[in-house]
Amino acid sequence: MGDALNLFLPLDSVAVALGADDVASALRDEAAKRKLDVTITRTGSRGMHWLEPLLEVESDGVRFGYGPVDIGDVGALLDAVAANVRHPKALGSVQDIPFFKHQTRIIFERCGIIDPVSTDQYLSHGGGAGLDKALRMSGAEICEEVLASGVRGRGGAGFPAGIKWKTVAETRADQKYIVANADEGDSGTFADRMIMEGDPFLLIEGMTIAGVAVGATKGYIYLRSEYPVAARILAQAIDRAYSAGLIGENIRGSGERFDIELFVGAGAYICGEETSLLESLEGKRGEVRAKPPLPAVEGLFGKPTLVHNVITLCSIPHILAEGAASYRDLGVGKSTGTMPFQIAGNVKHGGLYETAFGLPLRALVEEIGGGARTGRPVRAVQIGGPLGAYLPPSLFHLQMDYETMLANGAGVGHGGIVVFDEDVDLLEQARYAFEFCAEESCGKCTPCRVGSVRGVEVMDRIRDDIDREQNLTVLDDLCELMVDGSLCAMGGMTPIPVKSALKHFPEDFAINRGKSDAE
Amino acid sequence: MPPGDQEIRSIIEPYLNKTGGLITALRAVQEAIGHLPEETDAIAADIFNLSRAEVMGVISFYADFHRAPKGRTVIRLCAAEACQAAGGRGLQEQVEGRLALKMGETAPSGNITLETVYCLGLCSAAPAAMVGERLLARADVERVADALNDADGNAARG
Ligand SMILES: Cc1cc2nc3c(=O)[nH]c(=O)nc-3n(C[C@H](O)[C@H](O)[C@H](O)COP(=O)(O)O)c2cc1C
Ligand code: SF4
Ligand code: FES
Repeated sequence: MGDALNLFLPLDSVAVALGADDVASALRDEAAKRKLDVTITRTGSRGMHWLEPLLEVESDGVRFGYGPVDIGDVGALLDAVAANVRHPKALGSVQDIPFFKHQTRIIFERCGIIDPVSTDQYLSHGGGAGLDKALRMSGAEICEEVLASGVRGRGGAGFPAGIKWKTVAETRADQKYIVANADEGDSGTFADRMIMEGDPFLLIEGMTIAGVAVGATKGYIYLRSEYPVAARILAQAIDRAYSAGLIGENIRGSGERFDIELFVGAGAYICGEETSLLESLEGKRGEVRAKPPLPAVEGLFGKPTLVHNVITLCSIPHILAEGAASYRDLGVGKSTGTMPFQIAGNVKHGGLYETAFGLPLRALVEEIGGGARTGRPVRAVQIGGPLGAYLPPSLFHLQMDYETMLANGAGVGHGGIVVFDEDVDLLEQARYAFEFCAEESCGKCTPCRVGSVRGVEVMDRIRDDIDREQNLTVLDDLCELMVDGSLCAMGGMTPIPVKSALKHFPEDFAINRGKSDAE
Repeated sequence: MPPGDQEIRSIIEPYLNKTGGLITALRAVQEAIGHLPEETDAIAADIFNLSRAEVMGVISFYADFHRAPKGRTVIRLCAAEACQAAGGRGLQEQVEGRLALKMGETAPSGNITLETVYCLGLCSAAPAAMVGERLLARADVERVADALNDADGNAARG
């Protein structure tokens, strides 16, 4: 009797959406037919989504990849593995695939490798080290470490995390909260989803360290309802974290307490904005609150609350385990550490690429992403979600870091890069930016609520060549009004995609736009 | 038979002392009944000690909540940027054509509702769709139709 064949197959949403569950059942059926003894571990995704479903077969401690696997491949694939001959879908050792090999994975180091809901595997693969270190430090020392690391918020605004930690730590209150912002509404982003599906204990660990540091005993994960797989995994992971003593009334035997609850939203992009999120978590309409007071001072139920994006919190365990200095060594200038860039849209090699800040945009789009999936030239990318700028290839030399992007009218945001080929119509994209704002505005400020609807109309007129010059002027005024008169970045930043489209792609807004000479 | 007030009340009550309980309670009612009947407002208002207007305000704010029953299978097509870049607009037109339904509509038979979703986090393998509970990446009209058939089969088998 030989040893069982160890197979690994992702349970990540992308893999499932490309047929991973069907492949898993086919594997069981075909293995049974062949009287092959197999164990299938469902993991997170490695982030090479064009290869999903990516099956991995372990041999002498090395994991060999096959992908993308179709259910029709499964029988022959098992035969090839059993006979030790090469199958056409073979990719070789997974960690040597160039897309994977050249990354610096400190957040996603276990994602795609371990069973996401096994605390044993989490702990035996380096998980928990940051928390154990934090439990031997004072709250102030932990905050100091986070500040020294230079890590900035990955939810969009890029505010230094350590400053926020200190504010919450120094505000006196009978109750404080940690809130993980898992609303991830930006198109082109899925890093939060992937880490929650692939290594949920990392988020739990990051939140727990934050709780110990600032003196909060309760944490919430605010998850968008569009992520059913993540919801299932998180619920299971929270249960198991309690059973394993990672959270609860006596964390790892330290005597410290921290509780975590999962809350699922109800379909509202604006609830990613932190004050809207807090209203929603209180069971209300997600209307944005005026700041100040900052949530760090008066947040959930009026108590000091540390709100962070999932990826920010998932960066913390490594910072504690390895020290702020080692984190600072990664990245450039004030953009320290790593960023999981998400390459999406019309792109050949779509997926997640974690790397230290400093790569030029071109490397991510052309070399790593492989250019447009259609094989046509890339004409534009939108970076940083629906409120982010459209940039042309002439700016692809720009380095992807906070300062460089800001200096060029763009932003890193949550790290999403959406690729468009030459078919894109930037007027249509600018129109959509207004349409999305109109759809998702919380309704509190007139420039956002009404201005966005007006923006759609203006775009239609420009497209239809009605009083073009006049409407372009109206567009300018409208954008200015939205920037000046909006309470939050929804209204305040919708002009960014619009104006960047107009600035870098004026031909799409011109008379006879889109008409080639042949017509 | 329409759900009784007592049934709605018993679904909502356990959420009274939960954080954000009203939203979770409304979802539970909707999952049990398929939509949020008008009676829900007064019952939820009573339990949570809110005005009916406040409950209605919450229901109208969130896209997930709906007053009218939906089709037996809901097809959600992603309309956000990454999916636009990868042929999402074309997919939408094809699905609309195939089903003879526009976005936001429910088929007269009550079998299908077609609606828009803004990002399913599958943007690296766009365009994305969700047919019932089933996620689809790199979706095309054939795969949407197949998934719909499967969902119909499952529903018919109960
Ligand atoms: C319209 C809007 C949507 C937002 N959506 C998200 C989101 O989905 N996820 C997120 O982490 N932050 C989002 N933010 C940013 C949050 O308000 C907040 O800055 C962030 O959660 C703080 O965490 P960080 O310091 O880790 O970035 C959004 C902001 C705005 C204005
Ligand atoms: S800018 Fe828009 S989304 Fe933000 S608070 Fe005002 S109305 Fe609400
Ligand atoms: S934009 Fe369609 S799945 Fe993200």
